[in-house]
Amino acid sequence: MIYENLPDTRGHFGPYGGRFVAETLMEPLRELEVAYNQLKNDAAFRAELDKDLALYVGRPSPLYPAERLTKKWGGAQIFLKREDLNHTGAHKINNTVGQALLAKHLGKTRIIAETGAGQHGVASATIAARLGLKCVVYMGADDVERQSPNVYRMKLLGAEVIPVQSGTKTLKDALNEALRDWVTNVDDTFYVIGTVAGPHPYPMLVRDFNAIVGREVINQSRDMLGRLPDALVACVGGGSNAIGLFHPFIEHDGVKMYGVEAGGDGIETGRHAAPLSAGKPGVLHGNRTYVMADDNGQIIGTHSISAGLDYPGVGPEHSWLKDIGRVNYVSVTDTEALEAFHECTRTEGIIPALEPSHAMAYAKKLAPTMRRDEIIVVNMSGRGDKDIFTIAKLEGIKLL
Amino acid sequence: MSRIEATLAAIKASQRKALIPYITAGDPHPSHTVGLMHALVAGGADIIELGVPFSDPMADGPTIQLACERALVHNTSLWNCCAMVAEFRKTDGRTPVVLMGYLNPIETRGLEAFCQLAKDSGVDGVLIVDLAVEEAPDFAPKVRSFGLDLIFLLAPTSSDARIAAIAREASGYLYYVSLKGVTGSAALDIDSVSEKLAQIRLHTDLPLAAGFGIRDAESAAKVGSVADGVVVGSALVSQIEKHQHTPEVLPELLKAQLHGMRVALDALQASPEPALA
Repeated sequence: MIYENLPDTRGHFGPYGGRFVAETLMEPLRELEVAYNQLKNDAAFRAELDKDLALYVGRPSPLYPAERLTKKWGGAQIFLKREDLNHTGAHKINNTVGQALLAKHLGKTRIIAETGAGQHGVASATIAARLGLKCVVYMGADDVERQSPNVYRMKLLGAEVIPVQSGTKTLKDALNEALRDWVTNVDDTFYVIGTVAGPHPYPMLVRDFNAIVGREVINQSRDMLGRLPDALVACVGGGSNAIGLFHPFIEHDGVKMYGVEAGGDGIETGRHAAPLSAGKPGVLHGNRTYVMADDNGQIIGTHSISAGLDYPGVGPEHSWLKDIGRVNYVSVTDTEALEAFHECTRTEGIIPALEPSHAMAYAKKLAPTMRRDEIIVVNMSGRGDKDIFTIAKLEGIKLL
Repeated sequence: MSRIEATLAAIKASQRKALIPYITAGDPHPSHTVGLMHALVAGGADIIELGVPFSDPMADGPTIQLACERALVHNTSLWNCCAMVAEFRKTDGRTPVVLMGYLNPIETRGLEAFCQLAKDSGVDGVLIVDLAVEEAPDFAPKVRSFGLDLIFLLAPTSSDARIAAIAREASGYLYYVSLKGVTGSAALDIDSVSEKLAQIRLHTDLPLAAGFGIRDAESAAKVGSVADGVVVGSALVSQIEKHQHTPEVLPELLKAQLHGMRVALDALQASPEPALA
């Protein structure tokens, strides 16, 4: 199948995406789009970005054969794309390095970011420290509570962390607050969005900065295995690590792709964060996409053990990939993700973040349905150091 | 001629300025909204902007976000808002009402069904904060086909090209966001407002209302001296917040607050009209 090169010039992925924001932001978004389209083909910008990705982030990240898990789960061979080994411990830095360079080229002196689990906030604070930019991070008050190690990390890096008390006090409210900041300070401020959602051009540029993950997997699997993998698995909250892995594979029809949403207590309970599995198209945070909303169009609260997946919307490109059937979107529960977390930790000596633990949990179901000569690549999108307090609390253990 | 156009034409003919208050429907409780709308008219409102509560009002400041949260505690829906307008219309057939809100509640119910109900309820115009003109190619003709005015925002950042494109799709009036910020922001630079309004007037003959940052009679008069109308929202909603537990005092308070602005606006004219009772 031939796939269109999306988004189109208006930022649409089929019926999804676009630019649904208040008038004040329309012109700044257009300027950002123009600047990005120029810079992405600029040799000096590319060279600077590539250098940062190699020497600061530590790319390429390994494609690791998880042999003991493969043996334990049976069926297809499992490989992990080790984004957890990046500087700051997750894929998020791929994007923040790129956007911060954009900010620098646009002459902005202040960056703002929203964060859920805190990984994007840490990645933003990190690059701000390196480039000497002022950094403000908005974080839902509940997430500040859940992810206190990352809050402290951001503060150490010199960022100001603002707890957001409105709404459900999670990622979506942090995004609202960051957009308000940007509307107010648009002259000197660059908004570093952490996922492939938001108004055009963000879903496109965040995807482009993360697509290095999928490009590396293509090269690594050809080098190591002489062929492409049979299946890709990645967790989907906003969907940046998943789109980063999936996007370069879209035209490789033989490669099946699975996006794993947070099933929370189970889709049937309504307590989950799985808009692609159980939501419907709507408009949230500047783009048209699948959202979780009630019959009156109000966005509803989500639930997931993982702060990074606890979001009622999803990147518009995922909505399109769902509708055209190119990616299978599935979900796993909190309990299944926790089991996979422990199995991965004990069997491979890799402590995954709770977000990719969802991807691991689905790989555990998928592998036995495939042949032993088939290959699954799971995006190990972040490490679990930030989550050990959550895990300990669940197990009734008090740390510190 | 729509009710909004007729109202604004009459105001212009009498050399007055339009006073356009905003309140959020369902705040502090749905049972108070219609009474508050009548109080606004008694205080001198020419047009009422009735906010449709949304869970994620990203262009609004904390004051209106909290108003939305108070209204949503009572599940105030888009359909409820239309019912409130219908109730208001039973005794006021003159004052135009604009529903102001976000796109998702409308799309969830369906644009056609919404337009039909809004028209039947006596709504005159619709302002969708997060509907940019580029995303409105199907939306705008549909809204107009029901005889509803589609009000658009303009901002300090709007380029000439955008102003022209928006003016082509808009009807009723244009709402100029007088500062870079969210609703309820503080700083207001009247010179830059005046300059931008002059730039906008090169592209359109529609009346220009200005809002964001208007807190009292003084700031209303300042903006009224350069715009055709003045929108005041957060200052009223702050009163509602303050007195949410004694809502019976709100009609008189809002009426008095708005009346102060009415007097200040009318004083701008060479031969001021008597202030509305």
